[in-house]
Amino acid sequence: MSDDGKLVADVIARHGHEPSRLLQVLVELQEALGWLPPGVLTQVAGGLGLSRAHVEGVAGFYSFLHARPVGRYRVLFSDNVTDRMLGAPALMEALCGKLWVERGKVSEDGLVSVDTTSCTGMCDQGPALLVNGRPLTRLNHARVNQIAELIRRQEPLAAWPAELFHVDDNIRRRDALLGSSQRPGEALKAAVMRGREGWLEEMRAANLRGRGGAGFTTAVKWMACRDAPGAGKVVVCNADEGEPGTFKDRVLLTSFADLVFEGMTLAAWATGAQRGFLYLRGEYRYLLEPLRAVLARRRNAGLLGRGILGETGFDFDIDIHLGAGAYVCGEETALLESLEGRRGTPRIRPPFPVTHGYKGRPTVVNNVETLAKTTLIAINGGAAFAATGTAQSTGTKLLSISGDCAYPGIYEYPFGVTIERVLEDCGASDVQAVQVGGASGVTLAGYEFHRRIAFEDVPTAGAFMVFDSSRDMFAVARNFVHFFAHESCGFCTPCRVGTSLLQGYMDKLASGHGAMMDLADIEWIDRLLKNASHCGLGSSAPNPVLDTLLKFRPAYERRLQHLDFAPAFDLDAALATARRMTGRDDPGAHLDTTQEATP
Amino acid sequence: MDTAASEVSRPKLRVATTSLAGCFGCHMSLLDIDEHLFELAQLVDFDRSPITDIKHCGPCDVGLIEGGVCNAENVHVLREFRRNCKILVAVGACAVNGGLPAQRNHLDLGACLQQVYQFRDGVAQPQIPNDPELPLLLDKVHPIHEVVRIDYFVPGCPPSGEALWKFLTDLIAGRTPRLSHPLLHYD
Amino acid sequence: MSGTFLFDGQPVPFEDGQTILQAARAAGHYVPHLCWHPDFPAHGSCKLCIVKVAGRHVSSCAMPAKDGMEVESNTPEINGERRALLQMLFVEGNHFCPSCEKSGNCQLQALAYELEMLTPRFNHFFPDRPVDASHPDVLLDFNRCIFCELCVRASRDVDGKNVFALTERGIHKHLAVNAESGRLADTDFSAGDRAASICPVGVILTKRVGFASPIGARKYDAQPIRVVAMQEDE
Repeated sequence: MSDDGKLVADVIARHGHEPSRLLQVLVELQEALGWLPPGVLTQVAGGLGLSRAHVEGVAGFYSFLHARPVGRYRVLFSDNVTDRMLGAPALMEALCGKLWVERGKVSEDGLVSVDTTSCTGMCDQGPALLVNGRPLTRLNHARVNQIAELIRRQEPLAAWPAELFHVDDNIRRRDALLGSSQRPGEALKAAVMRGREGWLEEMRAANLRGRGGAGFTTAVKWMACRDAPGAGKVVVCNADEGEPGTFKDRVLLTSFADLVFEGMTLAAWATGAQRGFLYLRGEYRYLLEPLRAVLARRRNAGLLGRGILGETGFDFDIDIHLGAGAYVCGEETALLESLEGRRGTPRIRPPFPVTHGYKGRPTVVNNVETLAKTTLIAINGGAAFAATGTAQSTGTKLLSISGDCAYPGIYEYPFGVTIERVLEDCGASDVQAVQVGGASGVTLAGYEFHRRIAFEDVPTAGAFMVFDSSRDMFAVARNFVHFFAHESCGFCTPCRVGTSLLQGYMDKLASGHGAMMDLADIEWIDRLLKNASHCGLGSSAPNPVLDTLLKFRPAYERRLQHLDFAPAFDLDAALATARRMTGRDDPGAHLDTTQEATP
Repeated sequence: MDTAASEVSRPKLRVATTSLAGCFGCHMSLLDIDEHLFELAQLVDFDRSPITDIKHCGPCDVGLIEGGVCNAENVHVLREFRRNCKILVAVGACAVNGGLPAQRNHLDLGACLQQVYQFRDGVAQPQIPNDPELPLLLDKVHPIHEVVRIDYFVPGCPPSGEALWKFLTDLIAGRTPRLSHPLLHYD
Repeated sequence: MSGTFLFDGQPVPFEDGQTILQAARAAGHYVPHLCWHPDFPAHGSCKLCIVKVAGRHVSSCAMPAKDGMEVESNTPEINGERRALLQMLFVEGNHFCPSCEKSGNCQLQALAYELEMLTPRFNHFFPDRPVDASHPDVLLDFNRCIFCELCVRASRDVDGKNVFALTERGIHKHLAVNAESGRLADTDFSAGDRAASICPVGVILTKRVGFASPIGARKYDAQPIRVVAMQEDE
């Protein structure tokens, strides 16, 4: 057996030949091999008892898995609008220049490839990139030079200066959660003291709503799962924090991991689940070992495993699953598919995960922040929790603030805080817009800054991107449109085709070839996405365009070349190949694009 | 003419037709309306068209375009029609979606030209034609609605004479043209 | 649970577990669909079967019927959206009906007739998708794939072979076959498989039988899909 063959066999054996571990197997093999050669996919299929086509399908779905050779150093610049505002495109160009590599291609010697990736969750310390999966922040030309030199010298990543990989928490405002001084197990003890029913009663009183953005009442979800028929209930922590501009979960998992795992255990206490998964986005791969260490410590402390806190029948443990670059897996049913080792395609709902979740079992899927918040409820009681925030949005909310402000980072506020107040605190001035809730959220214009962060007013998963008056809001929307086109899973027609069409129209406008009819087409596609998409990715994909068309319409209109119609493509550019082949450059070899106006 | 009469009787429509990257099959289909041709002649006058041999399109009510856009000349002709026709109609599969000529779109144009004019067996003097009289090819063949605004579409390869007659009589009568099964077909 | 709901104003009875589409179909109402097939569980990807219930769009193939619900299906609004979805399918692939041997027997084409689609409207993608002619009996022309996954499901659930799967994602998504070479000839696919005859469009074609029926005698020539689809089990 070849070296690769032995490695594959070992990895598969370590995962017990379990088909649902496919994604984890592929992630591990790629870490070892750099990419996933065809023969490896075939061997994985055989080892897990899956069809090869299925394995190829899964490997092809996730953007961090490569079924074609890539550079030994894989550099991916975070392409969120905030990274771009901090100069990422110029830095990427500089790096490509220094390494003699074309963006998106592998250098001829196979040493390096440079490309972009969706938001890596480092917006408070961007521009950022991932090199072989590890984040590198606060890029500038000096750092780019340093990176280029390290790559040219073929310095192993382990030997790169540690400060390059330093990630700050940037916590700027602490409230109930970030200011909590609880000890590991404290919340759990309090909940166990209350008994399962009493604990759920406190959760009900707290009226905690999901912090992932949708705002579903957590206690209702837990009770539905508890009451659902079927054994082997499951608690899943959704740490697939992919929404552009969001990085609060990164900070919670870095410095408050005990709270997150304790929250999962509290959910298990309420629902009777014995199995837990933390689904960690691939971009946060660097947190895997520290998180595993926390899990090990909690096991040793009797906070995980059999008979937690000495309570007979309270058995619960947690596994960490890695994602591999797929925003759609933040959608809970896509996440479950991914957890089961498949392509992250959202399921048909109903049935919902609380009755048919992981492997068909009743499953609770909660956001990282939601779970961490439950520890406060366990310690202080539901009523105390509900005393802050607003009546419909109890407690506090973590905001991930980035963009044009003096103090980007994590801010914890009681729900109900106004946009104005947040802008003042983060040192933002001359603000024209705030994107709340990330690419899928809402674009707020100046006249809306009196509005409040709350489920009943401006709901958010936590992203808060600030744009001052120097920014072009069309370019902001276009960045988000590109993001959705890249992240669409491609399952349903409107999202697969609609996000690509939308990208085409936005690019056409950006190149100065737009016309009024294109705006009408954009609005029509927006409507199809909203109405007909299979999941929230598709239905929220048009949000940034709808909002900016409404509130920043001149940013679009000033890009129009014609008030009526403009061709779908650049006519003169379409003759370039023929000009080159014939050597012609006479007037007849060109198409005058100014004639395109129609009566 | 009496104003009252002009309000009820319609003047003859002026119609122009052309074929871009097409095979004139749609024009043949127009001839397939048989005896309706006499009726049509009562209702419309033809401007630029293979039927009249007029070389340039003047102001018209309706322009019927067959074929897709494959070269620079197609663009010029299409623009001339758009400038002069109140209503512009894509007639046939090639005008509607590029049709048969668009099946070259997955091929690289440069490679195609080389294959045909330089590398092919038996080519005596390898040379890609570069006479300025010849229109340059676009790198892809496009349906006409991607180049100018189009008001109506009549699919089919070709649309049947009946479908064309239905469409034209609707248009002439001032009804929004409508095609449905079995007149509507793409092949 | 069983009961009655209103489908375009007409009462439709349903049995426990039936979706809107199934109940409507049983009551003689045609709902456009491409990825749905009576022999398979709902898939919900093509979205042609969208209907409006209480102001919300839902996939009728997947949404369980509920007593008293009011469903709007055959309305100008919904049909307009369905037509736009068809237009999206037409521009993302290469659908040249005159040279396709599935023409006249193709559900995508027949549905486009049904919804009076006169133009693909959007800008064409003209993707470069190869053809796989390696198999002795079956041709794969990926240019026409609409990603309904009926072949994936039929091969997996009926034939027990897993010949097909989808790989990559978004607009780059495409069918893959179960062979390291990527060639259908290197799989255990056979022309007798259920998957060989289930494609609603012209991707999976049996060789040597093309254009057997003349124009006029093909599946959707005489009667539109809304009639044909209700007469047979497709």
